[in-house]
Amino acid sequence: MRWLLVWIIVLATTAGNVLQALGMRHHGEIHDFRPGALGRVAAALVQSRYIVASVFAMAISFFAFMALVSIAELSFAVPATASTYIFETIFAKYLLKERVEMKRWVGVLLVAAGVGLLTI
Amino acid sequence: MAAAAPRAKTRVFTAIVIATNVLGNSFLSRGMQSVGELVSLSPIPYIRALFNPWVALGTSLLIVWLLSTMALLSWADLSYVLPVTSMAYVLVALVGRFVLHEKVSWAHWAGILLIMAGVSLVGSTNPNTAGSRCRGMQT
Repeated sequence: MRWLLVWIIVLATTAGNVLQALGMRHHGEIHDFRPGALGRVAAALVQSRYIVASVFAMAISFFAFMALVSIAELSFAVPATASTYIFETIFAKYLLKERVEMKRWVGVLLVAAGVGLLTI
Repeated sequence: MAAAAPRAKTRVFTAIVIATNVLGNSFLSRGMQSVGELVSLSPIPYIRALFNPWVALGTSLLIVWLLSTMALLSWADLSYVLPVTSMAYVLVALVGRFVLHEKVSWAHWAGILLIMAGVSLVGSTNPNTAGSRCRGMQT
């Protein structure tokens, strides 16, 4: 059961984060943090299909995570989702067209390995 | 366009994302342990769990985490934001060790060191490499 939940979380988190980044890139950089301006940002974002889909995927991930931490410790639950780093970096490179230089790849692999070690 | 050194805005939002992640998850975990086992396809038990004060506080902080991550992603790369904000794991482990007095094994310490090394490597790269190109990528 706990590993099924881990896989649901990994898939939903990867989809959620990639869609979220895609939606925010389409929106463009937020410069103005006054309440009125943030309201306009929110109004634009609720109409973005990427953002709506990402919120849906993250809701699945969130409730699966809630279920997981109710049957497993947080020190199992959080690191078990380490593989999302690798999947998301691949999507960032090929779908979001980010320049993932060697330094960044090595860093991501170190982070994923480190998060994985926290499960032991 | 963007300089290699992250702007103050990037650093401030990275700090908010990390802090709300650590505190939100810690409060949520604490609340869920008093709520008890929760594996259900029905939404009712989840909604009931939200009335636990720790779960409510944790969930509120995780909403702030979600919004600040979205703001950060509006100008920074996903492949920058994710590894750098994984500093949250290190803080979770350190809170476990020094606040909750959990035992931290050698493997955990090794994990903490690897994450810190990875974060400093990614943190030294340019946070924004896809800005203008990706905006034109309408699919």
